[in-house]
Amino acid sequence: MKDLIQKIKKFEPPKEKRFLHTLYDGFFTFLFTPNHVTSDVPGVHIRDRMDLKRTMVMVVLALQLCYLFGTYNIGHQHFLAIGEHTAFLDAIHLKIAYGLIKILPIFIVAHVVGLGIEFYYAARKGHPIEEGYLVTGALIPLIMPPDIPLWILAVSIVFAVVIGKEAFGGTGMNVVNIALLTRLFVFFAYPTTISGDQCWVAGIDYSGAQAVTETYGWAHHAFDWLFNGLGLSTFGDGGIAVTDAFTGATPLALATKGWAEVTAVYSPAEMFWGTIPGSVGETSKPLIILGLLMLLATGIASWRIVIGGILGAVFMTLVLNAWEFDVYMQIPWYYHFYMGSFWFAIAFMATDPVTASGTNVGKWIYGFSIGVLGILIRVMNLAYPEGWMLAIIFMNVFAPLIDYFVVQGNIKRRAKRTAVAA
Amino acid sequence: MKTAVTKFFPLALLFLSSPLMAQDNTGSSNSLGLALLAAVVLIAFFVLVQVADNLLRIQAKKVGPGADPDATSIFPSVRSLFRKRLPKYVGDAAVTDLREGYDIRLEGAATPKIDGRIKATTFAMQPPNFLGIAPIPKLAVEVGQKVKAGDHLFNDKKITAIKYVAPVSGEVVAINRGERRAITEVVIKADKEIEYRQLEKFDPEKGSREDLVNYLMDCGAWALLRQRPYDIVADPEAVPANIFVSTFDTAPLAPDNNFVVEGREEAFQKGLDVLNLLTSGKVYLGLSANGEEAPAKAFTEAKGVEKRWFRGPHPSGNVGVQIHHIAPIGAKQVVWTLGVQEVITLGAVFTEGRFNAERVVAITGAELKEPKYVRTWIGANVGELVKNNLSNDHVRLISGDVLSGRKKQAENFLNFFDDQITVVAEGDYYEMFGWLLPSKYTPTVSRTFPNFLFPKATYRADTNTHGEKRAFVVTGQYEELLPMDVLPQHLMKAILTNDYDGMEGLGIYELIEEDVALCEFACTSKQPLQKILRQGLDMMHEQG
Repeated sequence: MKDLIQKIKKFEPPKEKRFLHTLYDGFFTFLFTPNHVTSDVPGVHIRDRMDLKRTMVMVVLALQLCYLFGTYNIGHQHFLAIGEHTAFLDAIHLKIAYGLIKILPIFIVAHVVGLGIEFYYAARKGHPIEEGYLVTGALIPLIMPPDIPLWILAVSIVFAVVIGKEAFGGTGMNVVNIALLTRLFVFFAYPTTISGDQCWVAGIDYSGAQAVTETYGWAHHAFDWLFNGLGLSTFGDGGIAVTDAFTGATPLALATKGWAEVTAVYSPAEMFWGTIPGSVGETSKPLIILGLLMLLATGIASWRIVIGGILGAVFMTLVLNAWEFDVYMQIPWYYHFYMGSFWFAIAFMATDPVTASGTNVGKWIYGFSIGVLGILIRVMNLAYPEGWMLAIIFMNVFAPLIDYFVVQGNIKRRAKRTAVAA
Repeated sequence: MKTAVTKFFPLALLFLSSPLMAQDNTGSSNSLGLALLAAVVLIAFFVLVQVADNLLRIQAKKVGPGADPDATSIFPSVRSLFRKRLPKYVGDAAVTDLREGYDIRLEGAATPKIDGRIKATTFAMQPPNFLGIAPIPKLAVEVGQKVKAGDHLFNDKKITAIKYVAPVSGEVVAINRGERRAITEVVIKADKEIEYRQLEKFDPEKGSREDLVNYLMDCGAWALLRQRPYDIVADPEAVPANIFVSTFDTAPLAPDNNFVVEGREEAFQKGLDVLNLLTSGKVYLGLSANGEEAPAKAFTEAKGVEKRWFRGPHPSGNVGVQIHHIAPIGAKQVVWTLGVQEVITLGAVFTEGRFNAERVVAITGAELKEPKYVRTWIGANVGELVKNNLSNDHVRLISGDVLSGRKKQAENFLNFFDDQITVVAEGDYYEMFGWLLPSKYTPTVSRTFPNFLFPKATYRADTNTHGEKRAFVVTGQYEELLPMDVLPQHLMKAILTNDYDGMEGLGIYELIEEDVALCEFACTSKQPLQKILRQGLDMMHEQG
């Protein structure tokens, strides 16, 4: 073990080469926890095992089920659209291969661009590399449509990381959630790539009069020899017309016309298990809830925010049910939890500790407000089919204000009790 | 929050009961109507009682913050319904349950037996131990001079009357200086038999408070008093609002005061009596309801003091936490605090007529062959106390506990207020993927490790930081570990931004280093909270 460290230490670039040294340091501390000991200044002599690396990695681990399912679902939706291998477990190898070909470039671009910026700023400031982007980088592919053009993704990440985070001072200083800011940028700068009915199923070409699948590229054919060798079906040429029944619309888009319209296309079970079109990682509710339970059990996500958020959403849907102004409002309140990305947003986005409220009372208010606002935007504003991104970013901005009032409340309460004592 | 709920509860009941009433009037079925009427009457009665109860509570709050609000209510609070059964020895006394906190369970607790073979031969008084005095005090001795225990060694240049005295008799062998010629240690080589300076008789009951203060300053006992806010040497001009003594220490491997006080009960009680003469308020004794067995009789049957019971994990034994729950420090107020052994030394001034600086010190830590107690005097040499007892060389010697103690070399001395030495392994090793898969189990408050499944397990800790320093990211972590109505993270940020109003409002006066030490231990971002807090305290102190 010591020899190994000595060998690696030989590669350490000199401190003057800042970028290289930061890079080296980043990878070295990733491999080995450093040999730092607690300092001599007044302070503790022993430290907890927990550090930021582990905190972040726990979130990334909690996302893994979403990755697995999301990847498979990209392929599944694609084949569903053209009416081939329509059963969920048909042609598993094709669906996995198709999903990987879609998700890997997104994943790689998200990490190379984001981490590149992170490394650059760390080197510039002479700081060690901070771990915040590990989670951001894992979240971004999951909240994108599978067909997102990579250059748009890259531009958005540059915007979000530079303006949203580094401009404020790096991990721990940002005001709004970086992954959501990335999506927000895509949403407003390139709306056609991330809204409407046409973007949620991968590999469908709408340019002609009729929607057809795009032709398969070299990446797909690279699998041919393997699948042939195993006696499995291969991708073929593509360019097939999609089935008549195909809409590509998400449940939320259909819900504006009432619950009957939604169930005409998707059964509640499909929505629950997640075999529907949507952003990559947000469709499968049970897997998200499993990840959420893991974060809650380990104490990484704040249960106050999650419970607050669920209560807020339940409250708002009940209010709308009571109002019953249009067909959308008549959708029974519990079905709102089958559609859209509520669970993903509340589990992984709202619970980001940096951008959420920092006080325990504030967390209740913050979570509840997100729940209320998200449903409100979803149902009342037809221009935005889903409300969680906007609701969370909105509350991110308001979180410091909530905290301000909670802190002032604490100060007043404290002043009162000492005044009584005096 | 809780009061708000109880306040609105009766209103809510009234609101809910109104439809019942309406139905009652129009009800056709007689039995149903009667049942509803009965329910309404019951609810109305309940509302009346609840309102009365709330008024009672409000009145109780006005009477004094020290009173337990649950004790004045006729309803049990939700928390007290689910609370663990109180130990029998508490009797009818109220117990403050502190939920927040964590007990770090380490290996190497001292066995409660005093090892008479271990003797330290050199001792030191260290001016840096006394916060608030000038770094270069005025020396009354020089190297080579013979002193008796209780003889003046030095005094502060600002308040010259406060004398700091020799803990043992012997020869002054060295006066060590640190940065900018600040005096760090006045070292005395002890005689075989300690000779004491005989103090003139003084009856504290008869003399005036001023005489008592002057007497204490001259005999050296004044240095035993610590003043909050800031944890500094007590100001002779000030009259403390209250004096607080915590009789139990919940820090990792801390000495057991029930054992320490054995045989010194008389001096302890005398010390409490003297303290009663010094304050305009009360002397509060914090007692532990944690153990299976009752605390020592010296504590539970102490006279002339207010006893308050506390139950909960560390830091429930910290006197600062107890002050917060008994009688918080008001604006422009000062309070004094003492440890159990300080009270004993203070009492011994009057019962024995000498400054008896004897200390029972716990020598603890997993890196010792035999953790144990020794009887020595204030400021004993650390190396001599752990001689032939270390299981290896690569260790850190700490005066105090692992959370808020200070690092010492073998040639250094125990700090004035410390009654514990802890030895932990130095952790200057690399660990492959240590952040993901730790190769050994060390204490942690995080539930991402399986430690929480084994609440009785003990751990070997070392000084590795297990990660690098980062900006504040995780929130709500400190609040879980500090049983006070304080927002530690916001306070720290106020200190870092020099926000004086914020610091004052968020309660910096109520805290000293040991109170945030547990938060610092657990901090995911590895922030130096104790250092930051001291910076803030110094800033506030300079501002006056």
